[in-house]
Amino acid sequence: MADSPSNPARRRFLTGAATAVGAVGVGFAAVPFLSSFQPSAKAEAAGAPVDVNIGKLSPGQMTTVSWRGKPVFLVNRTERMLESLPELNDKVQDPESRVVDQQPSYASNIYRAREENKRYLVVVGICTHLGCAPTYRPEVAPEDLGQDWKGGFFCPCHGSKFDISGRVYKGVPAPTNLEVPQYVYLSEDIIRVGGTEEDAA
Amino acid sequence: MIRITFLMFLIGLLATPNAKAASSDYPLADAEVDLSDKAALYRGAQTFMGNCASCHSANMMRFSRIGEDLGLTDDQLAVLLPTQSHKPGDVIETNMPADYAKETFGIVPPDLTLTARVNGADWLYTYLVSFYEDPETLWGVNNAVFPLVSMPHVFAAQQGLKQPVYETTGEGEDARKKLVDLEPPARPGTMTEEAFEQKMKDLTAYMVYMSEPAALKRHQYGPYVLAFLFIFTLVMYLLKREYWRDIKH
Amino acid sequence: MIKGLGKWVDDRLPVSHFWNAHLAKYYVPYNFNFWYYFGSLLIVVFVLQIVTGIWLTMSYKPSAENAFASVEYIMRDVEWGWLLRYMHSTGATFFFIAVYLHIFRGMMYGSYKKPRELIWIFGVSILLVLMAEAFMGYLLPWGQMSYWGAQVIISLFSSVPVVGPDLALWIRGDYVISDATLNRFFALHVIALPLVLLFLIGGHVMALHEVGSNNPDGVEIKEHKDSSGKPVDGIPFHPYYTVKDLFGLGVFMFIFAVVLFYWPDGGGLVLEHPNFTPADPLKTPEHIAPVWYFAPHYAILRAVPDKFLGVLAMTVAILILFVLPWIDRNRIRSIRYRSTAFKVNLFAFAGAFIGLGYLGTQPPTALGTLSSQILSAVYFGFFIALFFISRRERTKPVPERLQ
Repeated sequence: MADSPSNPARRRFLTGAATAVGAVGVGFAAVPFLSSFQPSAKAEAAGAPVDVNIGKLSPGQMTTVSWRGKPVFLVNRTERMLESLPELNDKVQDPESRVVDQQPSYASNIYRAREENKRYLVVVGICTHLGCAPTYRPEVAPEDLGQDWKGGFFCPCHGSKFDISGRVYKGVPAPTNLEVPQYVYLSEDIIRVGGTEEDAA
Repeated sequence: MIRITFLMFLIGLLATPNAKAASSDYPLADAEVDLSDKAALYRGAQTFMGNCASCHSANMMRFSRIGEDLGLTDDQLAVLLPTQSHKPGDVIETNMPADYAKETFGIVPPDLTLTARVNGADWLYTYLVSFYEDPETLWGVNNAVFPLVSMPHVFAAQQGLKQPVYETTGEGEDARKKLVDLEPPARPGTMTEEAFEQKMKDLTAYMVYMSEPAALKRHQYGPYVLAFLFIFTLVMYLLKREYWRDIKH
Repeated sequence: MIKGLGKWVDDRLPVSHFWNAHLAKYYVPYNFNFWYYFGSLLIVVFVLQIVTGIWLTMSYKPSAENAFASVEYIMRDVEWGWLLRYMHSTGATFFFIAVYLHIFRGMMYGSYKKPRELIWIFGVSILLVLMAEAFMGYLLPWGQMSYWGAQVIISLFSSVPVVGPDLALWIRGDYVISDATLNRFFALHVIALPLVLLFLIGGHVMALHEVGSNNPDGVEIKEHKDSSGKPVDGIPFHPYYTVKDLFGLGVFMFIFAVVLFYWPDGGGLVLEHPNFTPADPLKTPEHIAPVWYFAPHYAILRAVPDKFLGVLAMTVAILILFVLPWIDRNRIRSIRYRSTAFKVNLFAFAGAFIGLGYLGTQPPTALGTLSSQILSAVYFGFFIALFFISRRERTKPVPERLQ
């Protein structure tokens, strides 16, 4: 029949050791189950960088490509559009793109583009408010957007406004500028969306 | 109708002697697959892409996975990609249109991703080295372990054409020709027999890897899991012994 | 603080009552041997199958077009998917190994006898549902063996007199195994049958804890209690059998891991090689073998030359287990105190089961069919012989208490 332990310390030690080993086992066993939620190799392959030929974009024209399932806007900006950007600096929330998560470091400027090719804007077409797709509104001072509109992106869901660099205006629901993805020029006309300097080398 | 089909099927099952043996009882050679020999797997992958992939797909295998598992550099991986426009994340597809293949070979060449797992390494290796001259077939070749195969002998130039040795059994109308051995080709190929067999062993090893890339992971993690479970069991044994000291009978 | 919260919950939910009734104050004979590990192991394997199954459904696609590719997607593209899949496939095999050993334990020590008949009936029901569960799960990878195995088994139903062909059609939902069949099997495999299993396992354990466990001596420990009402030959399940079962679990998981990491095909027994070819309704594989745990029953089916009688024999071979408590008319439970005739009979039965299992995986030959017929006769003969042996048996004296 059951008696009290002859050596309580040994029993405590072994119980502790067994608990520890069991906890370690459960911890390791959880890893495969949790990791399996990560994007699969198939999703990663589908999320590979996308090459876009911008040579045929006329000034002021925009094209959309799908990258990782998200719309990416590429705009060939006109001189007038570029000139409007410094004028808007005090109307937008983050003129110099200081919020680091919204663009790669080379796009932390008012053009939100690589300085050497600042004509071309590459931006993820998803509103930073609640994820709608903003519309491209290149015209100046249209009736619905008012006299101050210099061209940019307007989100129809909740009225957020972004300028032609994807910088968010003050006083709209969206909290941050539109996201600029990693991109690199493979040649004068080919942009690799999602690509890094290594791809261009 | 269904009942009749099933009955015929059941009768077939009962009546057929060993069905596997009926297809071929040619002895299989040892493929000597060693999945830890990454260099051999890479050579096999190149052979596969250069010779098999023009007709056969392997559409569950990604190039990037090959690169990862075999530890290839970007340049080494680029060698495997069929064209510049292929991306590492792509799977191995073939350019041959299915219609054309059907017309030329009579069948669409099967996808090869899992072939090694279905048939086994030794069968696959023996298949690859056992084409022989048989003027009665469409391509003039036959195979010792896959009689009347629809595939031409892709490596005929390298291996040469082996010559069959038949044994005739039975007499008169029951006479049957049975393949018992293969002799070296009359005109040798561009490779020595040894070099060719090594090339096919590498190819087989690659196809075994391709049929189950997880095998590398299994072998990688297996020892740690077993070591942990050994410790777990040992601690639980000590704990059990400790508690069961209480039980005196 | 924590104690207070514990008490608050315990006043509203019978947590400590449950703990005491089923673990800390559930008294169990102290003489359990090797054969008594499998009950708790089966609960662990059941949970493992449920959890890995949930994870597999996250990436599996139940359609004729995508099923096969989605399994390979799990094996290749999903992180650790290969491990989840092998756990599930290896788990199925170990589930049946444990179930068959657990049943054999019950037969050796007479665990089906009064007052444990209902536990046994729950158990046989679990076996039946488990077989359906495994059969339906086996269709899901949509390989050649999945397809043709299901084709053959469903065709068995068409042998039922009068309604047979309509019944088979109703099960399939199509004229052949098709997308519709796959979808309904998926639903049944993933949610319906696991729920049924859960209820049956609950009933099995509750019935067991009501009457208490049998033991290798087959002696009722409740007949000898001390002054406080505890059985003198009983020990609380917790901690003594929890720690013992944890040790058993360690050994079991070690063997499981050896198979999973170094032999996941099990030489074609755990995963059949032709099943790595996608299902092709126009081409039957050269040799259809059921997965090993159905092989004994398949061998019985093939041993009978008539289709309907074969199906009947196979069905009876399983269903007859339900009435085992009434076929065995001897009151003595354990094999330890029963006659040599009983022992010979029982081991012949076990041998026949294993032999039939081997024959069921082999292609049919004349010799194989004859052997299957002989072994089937032994299988059924066991029950007939037991009925007569158990009436007048030369038994040994049963001790009052555990030896």
